Amino acid sequence: MNQEKNDKPVSLLVVDDELSVRDSLTKWFKEDGFKVDSAADATEALKKLKPGVFDIIFLDIKLPGMDGMELQRRIKDVDPNATIIMITAYASVDTAVKSLKEGAYDYVTKPVDPDYLSHLVANVIKQRRLVTENVQLKERIQDLYEIDQIIGESPAMQKVFDMIKAVAPTDTTVMIRGESGTGKELIARAIHSNSPRRFFPIITVNCGGLTEGLTESEFFGHEKGAFTGALYRRKGKLELADGGTVFLDEVGNIDPKTQTDLLRVIETKQFTRVGGDETIHVDFRLICATNRDLELAVKQGTFREDFYYRLNVFSISIPPLRERRSDIPLLCNYFLKKLASSMNKPVTSFSAEAMEHLKAYDWPGNIRELRNAVERAVVVANAPVITAEQLPIPRTPKATAHDQSLDAVEQAHIQNILEQVGWNITRASEVLGIDRTTLYNKIEKYGLRK
Amino acid sequence: MNIYLLPLRFPDNHLLPDLASSISHAFNLTVLLLEKPLSLKEGYDPVRNQYNSTWILAQILKLFPEENCKILGITGLDLYVPVLTFVFGEAQLDGKAAVVSSFRLRDELYGLPKNAEKLKDRLEKEAIHELGHTFGLIHCHDPNCVMFTSTYAEEIDFKFIELCPVCSEFLKKSFHL
Ligand SMILES: [Zn+2]
Ligand SMILES: [Zn+2]
Repeated sequence: MNQEKNDKPVSLLVVDDELSVRDSLTKWFKEDGFKVDSAADATEALKKLKPGVFDIIFLDIKLPGMDGMELQRRIKDVDPNATIIMITAYASVDTAVKSLKEGAYDYVTKPVDPDYLSHLVANVIKQRRLVTENVQLKERIQDLYEIDQIIGESPAMQKVFDMIKAVAPTDTTVMIRGESGTGKELIARAIHSNSPRRFFPIITVNCGGLTEGLTESEFFGHEKGAFTGALYRRKGKLELADGGTVFLDEVGNIDPKTQTDLLRVIETKQFTRVGGDETIHVDFRLICATNRDLELAVKQGTFREDFYYRLNVFSISIPPLRERRSDIPLLCNYFLKKLASSMNKPVTSFSAEAMEHLKAYDWPGNIRELRNAVERAVVVANAPVITAEQLPIPRTPKATAHDQSLDAVEQAHIQNILEQVGWNITRASEVLGIDRTTLYNKIEKYGLRK
Repeated sequence: MNIYLLPLRFPDNHLLPDLASSISHAFNLTVLLLEKPLSLKEGYDPVRNQYNSTWILAQILKLFPEENCKILGITGLDLYVPVLTFVFGEAQLDGKAAVVSSFRLRDELYGLPKNAEKLKDRLEKEAIHELGHTFGLIHCHDPNCVMFTSTYAEEIDFKFIELCPVCSEFLKKSFHL
């Protein structure tokens, strides 16, 4: 929140002869946590003005008595550091431009687009370094954010953590490689929330799921009336990310035309909305992720080489789960604790046999698959300990590798076959080459359950 | 303390049950539906073809069912305050009443395909946001917090429906919620 003890709140003065303008702007800015004062005319404004009291002054160009232009000069004499933003009733560009020449920061026309106003003020504050001070303050207090939800003690994951810590505070473009389900978005979020941009949003664009015909608008936005049905301006993802981070997920799926467009924006930090000619300046950090072989795509000509080099500046590879099996118990227990508490079920652990299965399985869907497996097991669990039978994963021969007795192998084999045929006893006894009574006896002996 | 939900020319009544439970979850308070007719005619500006949200707040304040409660007006009308082109909603900071509009939250206004799920999600977030102001919460710096300021529909999608730990703590300390 803005109201932290050590922060000096941003202080604003609104000078306008219209009560409704003073009131609504005062209210609007109070919700931002600013200190707001107002004045109905130049005399009142000058009475309140002292050097260093106000950071930003909103000034109506047309005031009774001394007008806004004259007041602007007087303010500059008293407090040259205050940022002045002129308010005009209608777009009287001439006067507004004149005020800019005399040192006003910008002007707004009534009624003003709240989105424009909000970003205008945010930019002023950024320039006045108040945000920076605030960021530094928070950094001193809490140091680095915990890298939340990314679990792993294996050397492979420790290497990933080290890379995140090294690259996060910089503005370097990051490419995250990894199979699907390895948690690439979590890595992107960890980088963002440990960067100086953390007080601005991280905007995810799923490049694999872009709606055909809307890709351009998705990235760059469009003006009102750019096409049928566009009653209002749409801001693109790049504009929404201003100050923050853009995360391009499945970047390998971007079409060549959009690759060209994005490359230009990355180089110039500016673009225009579809159907518009206003130049929009943006400042964002780029993080991409892919599970595709981009080098191959470059060779095959489906991915632009220059775009590839722009993106592949600092690359982090997340190992698949089967290459860091020592992390599996840690992950299972993390998800178990989390899911059991959210489902309000007193499930607390896995049986030794269940854990053996979890560790032996190959997890082609990686962490996402493991999380889903634990979730289903928690749903069906009827005791504090999750048993191997309650896990929705196929039995692998490896699961019994630690116990090679004839009984153990027979038990695993019967269980496998029963699962393959969906517990159809007749079918299973045919496959196993034994009669149904023998099968029932064996099911009972080994305590097999669906 | 109770929170009252007051539909004011709101076309999507089917969204109200989920909205009520989301609000109840956010503030840990009972949410009740309040059905009182309120003429909005005088709040209409024919030139702007919009309704003055500050005027609507004043009308809501007149029909308080009990002393210690909050009321959230919910409408499908396009709202404005005089100096701004539009608002998603308005609230009395540290007060009793708030109003929120679904009008500008619809994807189809921006030339995108209709998306019922997004409309519901945005409305719930903005409703909690405006009510948060009535509890004295101001805009939050945490981009994930529901009290992060949003002045554009798709911006609402990037914050969560939850209050961040700092804002929750403020509610707990001030109101024991
Ligand atoms: Zn707000
Ligand atoms: Zn917050």
